[in-house]
Amino acid sequence: MAGRNRIRLLLLQNAPWLLFLALVVVFGLLSGRFLTPTNFVNILIQAAHIAIIAIGMTFVLLIAGIDLSVGATMYVSAAVLGLYLKGLPAVVSFPLTALIGLAFGAINAWFITRLRVAAFITTLATLFIGRGLALYLSDTKMVFFNDEILTFGRSAYLGIPSAIWAFVAVFVIALVVLRETTYGRQIYAVGADPEAAAKAGINVRRIVFSVYCICGLCAAIGGIVSASQVAVAASTFGFQKEFPVIAAAVLGGTSLFGGRGGVVGTVFGAVLIQTVENGLVMLNANPYLYPLIISSIIFIAVFIDSSRTAILERLERRKIRVEAA
Amino acid sequence: MTEPLLQFDKVCKSFFGVPVLHDISFQLSPGQVLGLVGENGSGKSTTMNIAGGVHPMDSGRMILAGADYQPRSPRDAQASGIAFIHQELNLFRNLTVAENLFIDGFPKLVRGLPLIDRRAAAARSAELLASVDLQVPPSTPVSRLSQGERQLVEIAKAFSADARIIIFDEPTTSLTQRETERLFDLIGRLKAKGIAVIYISHILGDVMRLCDDVVVLRDGHLVGSSPKSAMTIDRMISLMVGRTIDQLFPPRTTPPSAGRPVLEVRGLTQPGIVKEVSFSLQPGEVLGISGLMGSGRSEMARILFGLDPYESGEIVVAGETLPAASPAACMARGMAFLTEDRRAEGLMMEASIADNIALPSLSEHATGWLRMIERTRLGDDVRKVSEAVQIGARDLQRTLVKHLSGGNQQKVVIGKWLLRAPRIFILDEPTRGIDVGAKYEIYKIINRLAADGAGILFISSEIEELIGLCDRILVMGHGEIRGQHERAAFQREDILRSAMWDGLKEAV
Repeated sequence: MAGRNRIRLLLLQNAPWLLFLALVVVFGLLSGRFLTPTNFVNILIQAAHIAIIAIGMTFVLLIAGIDLSVGATMYVSAAVLGLYLKGLPAVVSFPLTALIGLAFGAINAWFITRLRVAAFITTLATLFIGRGLALYLSDTKMVFFNDEILTFGRSAYLGIPSAIWAFVAVFVIALVVLRETTYGRQIYAVGADPEAAAKAGINVRRIVFSVYCICGLCAAIGGIVSASQVAVAASTFGFQKEFPVIAAAVLGGTSLFGGRGGVVGTVFGAVLIQTVENGLVMLNANPYLYPLIISSIIFIAVFIDSSRTAILERLERRKIRVEAA
Repeated sequence: MTEPLLQFDKVCKSFFGVPVLHDISFQLSPGQVLGLVGENGSGKSTTMNIAGGVHPMDSGRMILAGADYQPRSPRDAQASGIAFIHQELNLFRNLTVAENLFIDGFPKLVRGLPLIDRRAAAARSAELLASVDLQVPPSTPVSRLSQGERQLVEIAKAFSADARIIIFDEPTTSLTQRETERLFDLIGRLKAKGIAVIYISHILGDVMRLCDDVVVLRDGHLVGSSPKSAMTIDRMISLMVGRTIDQLFPPRTTPPSAGRPVLEVRGLTQPGIVKEVSFSLQPGEVLGISGLMGSGRSEMARILFGLDPYESGEIVVAGETLPAASPAACMARGMAFLTEDRRAEGLMMEASIADNIALPSLSEHATGWLRMIERTRLGDDVRKVSEAVQIGARDLQRTLVKHLSGGNQQKVVIGKWLLRAPRIFILDEPTRGIDVGAKYEIYKIINRLAADGAGILFISSEIEELIGLCDRILVMGHGEIRGQHERAAFQREDILRSAMWDGLKEAV
């Protein structure tokens, strides 16, 4: 019994890698342009904003929370950047934009930790509020970004595009914070068992508050990166981004039930999702198929997560009798 | 006599207006091992939760090493040198041993930067683990450790906080015999180091073996406190139990009928949960199941009702062997199950009384090919049932269950099963958390069900109510049936003893 469970667990834990390999092989066979270095760099560039936002989402998922408002946060911060901060140099306007995301996250956090509104409801509400606000600010017109932002999107340093630099920077910081700081390890503790965490002397509320702030911050950074790539924020900017973002984290092994996962997997998940989109483009697939395929992948990711959790629970069920080994 | 390390002085505590601790006073000296015993609900855990900073006290004083001690959080308690090792261990399975030891503050790589010094943490962890004789690398994930090893990690954690007092709450329930021995050795060494230990346990044999002094609680009162030399296991038991409760139970008037049992269980076994459980239940019989928490009572009930699997054995309902137990199959054969946690499992809190009662019987009240529900007939039946169990609410359709008292909620649960006219009732802690008056009414309902010929499996931690109500009592421990007591020969001390005795047998 237990042995079979362990094998299934091993398969489930490696399912995303296997899926990725299978996809690369299939797309490679079907399209001559897919397996080229340029295309892989393209995939990375396109995946950058999803990966950045998904890294923030990972923090939230690790404490068994959820943030549905990331797409809206992205839109609001990009709209403010394009409308009100365009006169400022990038070194000033970018950090200000990031702060808007942080503030947005703090609002979510405040409702969740102080008023104890369920995260799902809170962030669903702020999703609509955020989108409405951005539409109002932009008069429902497209927001065009100035040269400064576009230059950032086109620039490269040491031959590596700035979008990838931003992505790598966010990733490294997140990785170090989660793995190498007390705060990071406490996030895992709170996710595993908030009550035990409180008994261990951890300030649970502060941890929960902070992860939503981080998620908002990352959403705004993702917004900047995306804005610099598409040059214009239409009313669909960031629309439904929460889906690929959550899927990226969960595909990468971060559990919706908290306490398990990390940003390495998340980055991998984001790349995986972008690979699918890119491959479909290469194959000239019908664009209306994209959402269908992406949502199947999301379904698989969530399914894998629940099976994994169920098996882990079975493996760790409390025993009453201590049987001789 | 050395100066006391911790002193409780007339500590009182109530929860929601119900007093749970009355004037608790005792003291603890460095290097002393104090045993704290009492039945479930006697206030042991509450007392220790107050010392451990989990709950604040209402009145009274605690004095720690001569100074007033008022912990506001577990963190305060830790900082004051009091470590609390809970029965449900407080470790994070997703983290490593070293991470668990330092979760409230790792050694830093550079001053001023938040980075963890992994090497220092590992080295310090190795030292701490060595002091509790646990030979695992600090980088081992806790999920790979056995229960006993996890407990040692908790103790190592107490060392890392320089604890002066360590509280153990039922530390041996999930340990093997060898792990238990190891723990006792370690407690001996703690004592030698001058660390004071408070040891809470149901296993009185262990208490006698380990402790210097014993404090007995009953119903929130301190009823006995003396050095071990002046204490015996029998005296502890009679102190724990001693109260008369003759007026609390309605008299049983109908004896169980002979003839074919409504339920027979033969050799029910599921590794790690229950072993070779066999018994039979007659029509009209109230069969009590006693046992300590974690003895496998509730788990056995879940298996009987098809909620959990079993590996071998047979469940025979009214002469027919159950093919594969599933809740639907059990219900179809006239079985009803009242779960231990009625809030979580038994009731829809946001729905009305009528909806709750109707739920398990909807298909019996449906007709036609569309299986439409016959509202009128259902409504009539629901009314009949709620009159039978005397739910004190005027409007069954509108009153939401969450607004009912605990006792009335329990009646709704009983009513919802009653509508199906079951032949077998499995009641898991049906009177937990409800007041004396409502308990009496529940007992009356149980008596009437038995008088009508149903077989009742009555699981309870309260020995008095089992004695007051049952025809026969089985005692469970470690997933096995430990003893059987007939009504004619009920002795509450015997029953308590057979639940607790095994520790003594193993220890002596």
